[in-house]
Amino acid sequence: MSDPKITAGIDIGSITAKAVVMRDGNILGTRVRFTGYNAKKAGQDVLDGLLSEIGLMPNEVATVVSTGYGRNAVDFADKAITEITCHGAGAWFINPEIRFVIDVGGQDSKVIRLDNNGKVVDFAMNDKCAAGTGRFLEVMARALEMDLEAFGDLSLAGTPAKISSICTVFAESEVVSLIAKGETRENIIAGIHESVASRISAMARRIGIVLPIMMTGGVAKNKGILQAMEKKLGAPIVVSGYAQVNGALGAAILAGRM
Amino acid sequence: MSDVNGKNIDSGKDNHRIKSVSRMKEILTGYYIDAKTARENGKKVAWITSGGPVEPLIAMDVIPVYPENHGAMVGASKMGVDLCQKAEEMGYSSDLCSYARADIACAVTQGGPIGGLPEPDFLVCCNNICGTVLKWYEVVARHYHVPLFILDTPFIHREMKKEAQQYVMDQIYEYIEFLEKQCGRKMDYDRMNEVGVLAVEGLRLWQAVLDTATHKPSPISAFDAFFHLGLIVTLRGTQVTVDYYKGLLDEMNERISNNIAMVPGEKYRLLWDNLPIWYRTRWLSDKFASHNACLVADTYTSAWSGVLPLIDENRFLETMSLSYSNVYINISHDMMINKLREMIEKYDADGLVMHSNRSCKPYSLGQYDLQKMVMDQLKIPTLIIEADMVDERHFAESQIETRIDAFMETLKS
Repeated sequence: MSDPKITAGIDIGSITAKAVVMRDGNILGTRVRFTGYNAKKAGQDVLDGLLSEIGLMPNEVATVVSTGYGRNAVDFADKAITEITCHGAGAWFINPEIRFVIDVGGQDSKVIRLDNNGKVVDFAMNDKCAAGTGRFLEVMARALEMDLEAFGDLSLAGTPAKISSICTVFAESEVVSLIAKGETRENIIAGIHESVASRISAMARRIGIVLPIMMTGGVAKNKGILQAMEKKLGAPIVVSGYAQVNGALGAAILAGRM
Repeated sequence: MSDVNGKNIDSGKDNHRIKSVSRMKEILTGYYIDAKTARENGKKVAWITSGGPVEPLIAMDVIPVYPENHGAMVGASKMGVDLCQKAEEMGYSSDLCSYARADIACAVTQGGPIGGLPEPDFLVCCNNICGTVLKWYEVVARHYHVPLFILDTPFIHREMKKEAQQYVMDQIYEYIEFLEKQCGRKMDYDRMNEVGVLAVEGLRLWQAVLDTATHKPSPISAFDAFFHLGLIVTLRGTQVTVDYYKGLLDEMNERISNNIAMVPGEKYRLLWDNLPIWYRTRWLSDKFASHNACLVADTYTSAWSGVLPLIDENRFLETMSLSYSNVYINISHDMMINKLREMIEKYDADGLVMHSNRSCKPYSLGQYDLQKMVMDQLKIPTLIIEADMVDERHFAESQIETRIDAFMETLKS
């Protein structure tokens, strides 16, 4: 084994694959790419890309942990650990004060309660429904013919339009009819964000919210969602610069404990 | 390191396999042949709900047939989706219980694993398990043009008042009158007493079989109990059932003496809540076993014997009102949490796995509250899996796998 110990975490999500490489508790680099149809290749490519970027050889990595829905497809990983445990470990690494993690990814959203040692006490995930996830937002962006990146800032100026449906497909038709009625994009997007925030806050309350809260996952980059979530939960939410790669970060940390 | 692929789990290997399984299959095959050939042998067939009082039927020599047991067979044979879709084509809602949908479709198409159930001469419906059975049995009564007896058991919030007991008791005697009319002969009360004694003996043996899981490692898992439960539901009150469970109990005790574990390397002991996911029992069993976890007990298979303290075998008929009203899903959450507490302590469970069953509303309603009570009061982790007992369209493998893996990671850390 190389010394000091270099570890890697790979998070294969439904939309993007993320990699984080660490050396003795320090982040050496992160990388994100689209997952595509081949999860194993995505995992290999995202790690290889990151290693060459930071000037390391694959054989210098002592331990690899994979996570995310494609975790079992990454056959070169030493261990597969679920994204629940990894997001908990990642958030706690960034800020050990954190007791609650809200992760909104491409196809699922989850809430995780941590104890004083960063151990997962309880969690809940959305089930069989894409409402309240990144995919939901993508569908809505398509309906509004907009770039998802612009969603967050634009919605901050809006007054939330009412989106009552909890189903992605039906909510899309609702959005189409709101457009037809001449509702502004700002208001529609604010309404979409409020609907996502409502679903997630209900899930969070189910397992009991403990402060402080951190939001992770790609959707945490969206300021509109963040603001809507804070309003629903009545509490500030911390977002780190590593939000999108937080699962891979947790995996790299857990690899260091193996 | 545990085997995440589940490939090396040898629950199917000869020394771990429960030998009584073949005897059980033999008895059930014989039972279904008898039921299918009842007409030719001059016997009556009654369809009855799973929580219904079967003992008077046995005493009257009527063959009881259980659409719900049949529903479980449909599920285990992975024929649920086709049959449910057939019922949906007929106009039944996809939100209706999948046992009801599968069974109604089988009645019409003669489909399913045994080519449909034998036609009933009459129906016995007890609503101690749910309200759906009332409408389901009315549909069946209309389809076959046969009489239906409904036994109404009040929901038990804290205790069963004298008036409520009398209300059910009156119906038990009406039930016997109904049977006398259908069979054209009087009830032989000596025979009824005999059946009552056999029923209690069977229930005691079944509970004793389940109790062998208190041993560490457990010689049996809930997945086995789901299968071996068959006779306590269908042929309670018969000698064959008593003999079967005697044999099964002996086998479990032998496994204990030989230290044979159902999950080799058992480290975690879990409790299961709600009906099985019939089409995925093997997958789930392997999944938990890959984490060295054994589902040592469940609220479902213990529901029948759970009322034993309320039955007086020498006054079987008189205590039926209590025993049939107090079954696990006909009681309040306060009573349920007490049962869960007893089970968690008795089997020394490390965690609780709850199946939120889309089909079974009375069983699944309030599970989140129960989950909270268990976590707050009993301090053990819980997991909720959303699925359906028969309709595979409600089972999302990767989501469920992630939940189980994450739950086990929490338990191990």
